[in-house]
Amino acid sequence: MEIAEELAKNQKAISVAEFFEKNRQILGFDSAPRALITCVKEAVDNSLDACEDGGILPDIFVQIKRNGDYYLVAVEDNGPGIVAEEVPKVFAKLLYGSRFHVLRQSRGQQGIGISAAVLYSQLTSGKPARITSKIGPGHKATYCEVLINTAKNEPEILRIEEIDWERPRGTRIELEMDGAYVRSRRQSVYGSLKNVAIVNPHARITLVEPEGNVEVFERATETLPKRSYAIQPHPEGIELGELIKMLRYTERKKLAGFLKETFSSIGSITSQELCKMAGLDPGRPPGSLDHEEATRLLAAFKKIKVKSPPVDCLSPIGELLIKAGLEKEYRLDFIATTVRPVSVYSGNPFLVEVGLGYGGELDKEGRVDILRFANRVPLVYQQGACAITHALESISWKNYNLAQHGGDGIPTGPAVLLVHVASTKIPFTSESKDAIADVPEILAEIELGLKEIARKLRRYMTRQSALSERREKEEIIRKILPKIASKLSDILLQDIPDIGPVVAKIMGNLMVRRLVEKEDGLALVKIAVENHGEISRTFKLHEIVPQEVYDVSPASKAIPIGDGYDYHWGLSLAPGETASFSYKVRSEGHIFSDPVVEGLEADVVTGARVI
Amino acid sequence: MSNIEMAQGKLLDLARTLYGQFQNGIIPHLSLPSRTKSNIEYSIKDDVWVYGDQETHRSVKTIRGAKSLLKTVYLAELLIKEHLQNNRGSTLREIYYISEGWDIAKFHEQAESDRLIEDLEIVTGLHREDFHIRPEEDGAAVFGPLRLREQTRRGEREIHCQEDVGEAGYQIPFNVDNIQFLNHDAKMVMAIESGGMYARLIENGFDEEYGCILVHIKGQPARSTRRIIKRLNAELNLPVVVFTDGDPWSYRIFASLAYGAIKSAHLSEHLVTPTAKFVGVQPSDIVDYNLPTDKLTDQDMHALRSELTDPRFDNDYWKKQIQLQIDLKRKAEQQAFAGKGLDYVTKTYLPERLAELEII
Repeated sequence: MEIAEELAKNQKAISVAEFFEKNRQILGFDSAPRALITCVKEAVDNSLDACEDGGILPDIFVQIKRNGDYYLVAVEDNGPGIVAEEVPKVFAKLLYGSRFHVLRQSRGQQGIGISAAVLYSQLTSGKPARITSKIGPGHKATYCEVLINTAKNEPEILRIEEIDWERPRGTRIELEMDGAYVRSRRQSVYGSLKNVAIVNPHARITLVEPEGNVEVFERATETLPKRSYAIQPHPEGIELGELIKMLRYTERKKLAGFLKETFSSIGSITSQELCKMAGLDPGRPPGSLDHEEATRLLAAFKKIKVKSPPVDCLSPIGELLIKAGLEKEYRLDFIATTVRPVSVYSGNPFLVEVGLGYGGELDKEGRVDILRFANRVPLVYQQGACAITHALESISWKNYNLAQHGGDGIPTGPAVLLVHVASTKIPFTSESKDAIADVPEILAEIELGLKEIARKLRRYMTRQSALSERREKEEIIRKILPKIASKLSDILLQDIPDIGPVVAKIMGNLMVRRLVEKEDGLALVKIAVENHGEISRTFKLHEIVPQEVYDVSPASKAIPIGDGYDYHWGLSLAPGETASFSYKVRSEGHIFSDPVVEGLEADVVTGARVI
Repeated sequence: MSNIEMAQGKLLDLARTLYGQFQNGIIPHLSLPSRTKSNIEYSIKDDVWVYGDQETHRSVKTIRGAKSLLKTVYLAELLIKEHLQNNRGSTLREIYYISEGWDIAKFHEQAESDRLIEDLEIVTGLHREDFHIRPEEDGAAVFGPLRLREQTRRGEREIHCQEDVGEAGYQIPFNVDNIQFLNHDAKMVMAIESGGMYARLIENGFDEEYGCILVHIKGQPARSTRRIIKRLNAELNLPVVVFTDGDPWSYRIFASLAYGAIKSAHLSEHLVTPTAKFVGVQPSDIVDYNLPTDKLTDQDMHALRSELTDPRFDNDYWKKQIQLQIDLKRKAEQQAFAGKGLDYVTKTYLPERLAELEII
């Protein structure tokens, strides 16, 4: 027998379940604390997806209990439930799912997550997964105990029966497994659920910890996120192999029809145009194109401007809810958010949303918190490998008032940054879905989003520093100057000096001062107006005198009011400019009321009444 | 006009200036010479280092300036009403504590009140003693053939600084200007850094044998110590020599006695003895007398290098000595002479050095 024939005897197909049994780290079960987090996350993701599909506001209950050497994890939702026949396959067959072939945003995609958790639980504890599910109030619930037959990747049902369940509908899964429960870290069940709550403000999540402590992440909104719809692939960025496969297996008879029906954003006109550009007959059967013709068609895709894919296939969180989510979990002084328009990479639509929280009770010294999300699922591990982190590190944050040691890397300061990438297909670096791959189109969009909110932060900080300058001046004027003045009067035994003129100068106000001198039995009244501000000021100065006056300089209009007259001057003063007015009045015992300024804000005028 | 009236008048002038600024609509402010190394100039007239023309403005436009002026007027009131009008005084530390009751005008640390008092000296051209402010006692002392009269709170005291004092000598009071020199038998004044060497010279009778007034300066000399040395030099016409350890920090002690200190350059004319001469320990003594030594630390080396660029040490003598020490990488204490016998310093080293300096 030849060696090759000898070897061939040992060659056989490997079940996917067997493969993952031996490579559990690929799915995120590499350490005891992490395994627990991953299990909870997979079950919660499934529940959120199911509720979203069913148009139900999610109410998810997570309980973790110690059971001897093992942990018992139970996750229960109020979702639409699963029909009895499907239950074993959904939970105990890897790569079984409803979403893999559909282009639309959802948390789960490949149908691996929850069955991987079941696999891990049966490997470590030897116990089956226990599932209860009910599809509606009129139905009985299905209760099922199931294991995965790893050799065949098929469910092995140990027990299945109909039972009564008090819930109107929903699904509950219980798994027993090896694990370790940690708290007070971001990489914990608590931390991960907190992040889930931020990007799913429509969900209520209750966590019962092993010690019995109950944490409730309350809803911030009663509105469900917009449902995402399935779409056709977008022509932009599609690869040749993929195109040839589509041409070969389509049911369309004509090329033009194929183009129009298979891809999103291509209508009749565009499909005709594409055929013309590629030099192909629109009536040709798609399967008849050879390799060279398919290449021409692909080239035509690149030349023609196809409109962006419809946004329906994606379900962004939205600026309002990002804000609500951040407000819910942090105390902040300032929040900025932005949602980028839909873009495409390799035919997959995606969009980036960014939120930033600043100040409040955040740590002022440490690095900023980075919250990464992909399709509303928090990414907890491998921060350093993620496109979100890379985009963030490439920005020069110093330009936006955040410190950055050495000019690159993660900035420091009291800030939390949230980045959500939504796509019909998130390009993860590995099957454990920890980090988004460095796809150039995605990197560029994240960067644009971050810069947008960074600019908002800068504007906020500038405003703040202007405010604090104002506050500082207020303190000088209200607290310090009066004290200096009264202390000086104590020392010199003189009246407290008028601090008004100094206040006007410090505040950059318009200062109005009136001086009265006696002259030949008349009173000579002088009014000095000085603009201490940094801008020109245009206004009217009124002097209301209960009798007629003489020698008004410069000459003014006088309007009789009541017993007296309103003398007024219109004037405009440049910064630092002064104007003087004078008149004479017969005035034994006459009391003047304050001069009046018209046309300016009261807080920029000192020494006069403002109307 | 008495000292008290003059001091009070100057403080009232300051208050009037600020009061007038309020009345005339001028933003209240004070101008002071800036007290940094870059604003130190050599005064040919007095042979000492004084402040240059750079000024800092302290105005109520900023919160810092406003608070500082507020504290200034509080301090002025304290000095006028409590100190001068009642003829009482406080120490620097007490003033810091008194400010506890001043609300937002209170000092955050003693360094702040000390600085402000120095500012008042500069603005008024007076000394803190004129305001009845005294430093904490630092224990510097004088021993030698000198008779003086001290005006104390409890009356006049006549003291001979050899016959009427214990082994530690006559303790220098904080206000040296309350002392009157009556008569003396001295030929020179020697400022000594360490207590050990001061005691050694007394024990060996150096003061009697050479007619020397010994001043124990206790490390970096206080103002009163510098003032008494200056007065002994100026009024009694006695040459002054300085005897310290042989390390960069000790050279700075000499510099503050002979050239002036950056922090108190406004008082240089009052405190500095430009003709003071450095006896040692010189780096060249380490070689010439083969002294036991210690290794220079990194800080020592750094201090030496910075002295090479210090304008006060910018002359051939210091350049040569400092460079030599950098090459040797060694330093020696005054007490190092004990290794050659207890009398060596008084019988051999000092007579040789004083002869070289043409003092004896």
